[in-house]
Amino acid sequence: MATSLPPTYDRTGQHPLSPDVDHDETARFNFLTNLNVHLNQNVFPGNRIAFENRVSPKFEKETGHALETRQQVRQAMLGDSYYQSWAALRRNAMEQRQQAGRHAVLRQLDDLIEKAKHYNDGKETLQIDPNAEVPRYLAAVDNHCMPGSYYTDVVSDDVLAGANYETGVFITTAGSMSSKGDGGGRSIVNFVKDRFPDFSPKRILDLGAGIGVNTLPIAEAFPDAEVVAVDAGAPMLRWGHARAQALGYENVKFIHADGDALDLDPNSFDWVQTTMFWHETSTASIHSMMKKVFDLMAPGGLFLNVEQPNFTPETPLYDQFTRDWDAWYNNEPFWSKLHVMDVFEVMAKAGFDSGKMFDGGTEADIEQGQFQPWSSTISRHKAELKDDGDSKHNAYKGERWYLFGGWK
Amino acid sequence: MTEIDVNKLANAKAKGKRPYFFDDPAVERVLSITMAVATELAVTRERLDTVERLLEAGEPVTKANIDAYRPDDDASKDRQQWHADYISRILRIVHQELEAVENESLNEDPEKLADDFAAA
Repeated sequence: MATSLPPTYDRTGQHPLSPDVDHDETARFNFLTNLNVHLNQNVFPGNRIAFENRVSPKFEKETGHALETRQQVRQAMLGDSYYQSWAALRRNAMEQRQQAGRHAVLRQLDDLIEKAKHYNDGKETLQIDPNAEVPRYLAAVDNHCMPGSYYTDVVSDDVLAGANYETGVFITTAGSMSSKGDGGGRSIVNFVKDRFPDFSPKRILDLGAGIGVNTLPIAEAFPDAEVVAVDAGAPMLRWGHARAQALGYENVKFIHADGDALDLDPNSFDWVQTTMFWHETSTASIHSMMKKVFDLMAPGGLFLNVEQPNFTPETPLYDQFTRDWDAWYNNEPFWSKLHVMDVFEVMAKAGFDSGKMFDGGTEADIEQGQFQPWSSTISRHKAELKDDGDSKHNAYKGERWYLFGGWK
Repeated sequence: MTEIDVNKLANAKAKGKRPYFFDDPAVERVLSITMAVATELAVTRERLDTVERLLEAGEPVTKANIDAYRPDDDASKDRQQWHADYISRILRIVHQELEAVENESLNEDPEKLADDFAAA
């Protein structure tokens, strides 16, 4: 059993706001990162073997027919003792990661809030709306087991959600999001520059931007553009804005709003970006927000989204089950609905022309020279996608990131 | 500034019904506590590794020096390899169960075997 070794936490990108992560906290993060890698590389593949050798034959013997739906696979797997061990360990690792990250941030929360205020107070580039409502779909279940999700303030001027998110993303992704956690944004820029070399946006909207970790590479690639990052979580934006300012990004404005209540000028954005946003948004709100996105976009503008590719008729049932896992057990409930959604149909209903839609993929962009030369990074989702024979996503070849979108 | 209870907030439950995967939730509870203890042992082991490396380098073993220690590329590789080996050891039973699923010939019943060869 060979396990690749992930980089260590102390090699993550630091900025003037970064929490102090002490010796033992670093060790705790390192253990949890290694645990995630081990569960992914050495335990998770056994679920498929248990499914093929034990769960599927047992179901056929008992019912007289083969498994027909991913829901049946899920129910059948729940009774398997090997799968139970993996699932319990994985859920627990997620919870441990939240506890470890939150504790490190909470013990110095006063200092972090003061540091953030230094960058935030009096700045027009941060707009927090104390009356913004958190939609019920976001408020009912805390996304990926983060207590308080993106939006809860535990004290006034809180930054806990943002600081914990930034601190912990390394543990969950074992460094595959690059040292600053901005691998998604870096990959988006690569895709756009490669595929649309003449594209030169003047106004860019990043919807559901969180702390803007994937927004900043876009702002860097288009320094003359005005960039607007919108999110429903105030503590994410306080942290994200302060972080952006501390890193020298002055062309990014952070606006607090639920996407459904967003009040910006119509026909004004040359590029609307969402990154891993659809799967955390309710199906109903996706439909309403896409209409809003279409209205906000300038004619000739680009709408681009990063997500996992959805299921196709060729996606094996077992793969459908594993890719739905986070929906049910890592508190990302809308992902399962998204997996079977025709995103192009949703875009068409919002006003996009089917002839101007596209999709594709791009590889991970991990900043060189930050992590140890012996280290390797993993992609859990990519491991899950490897057997996904695919006919519809013909521009996507199984790269790290799947992108889809359209032109207005 | 409002006084906050760090441990209570760090331990907070995420909203949403928590899934329990084992037939008896008590098993999940014990697994969770065991993994937390295993984590803390790994933390202690990394700290001990720092103490050893300071001693080897002839540096004073003070709390400040331990907390300030940053491993170089080689040292951090040794430490990560230790985590990987350690995790592999504590999850031995899970890997044995997988072997049993992969290879049916590993599952012969010793009692039945004794009976099979009972004839004089």
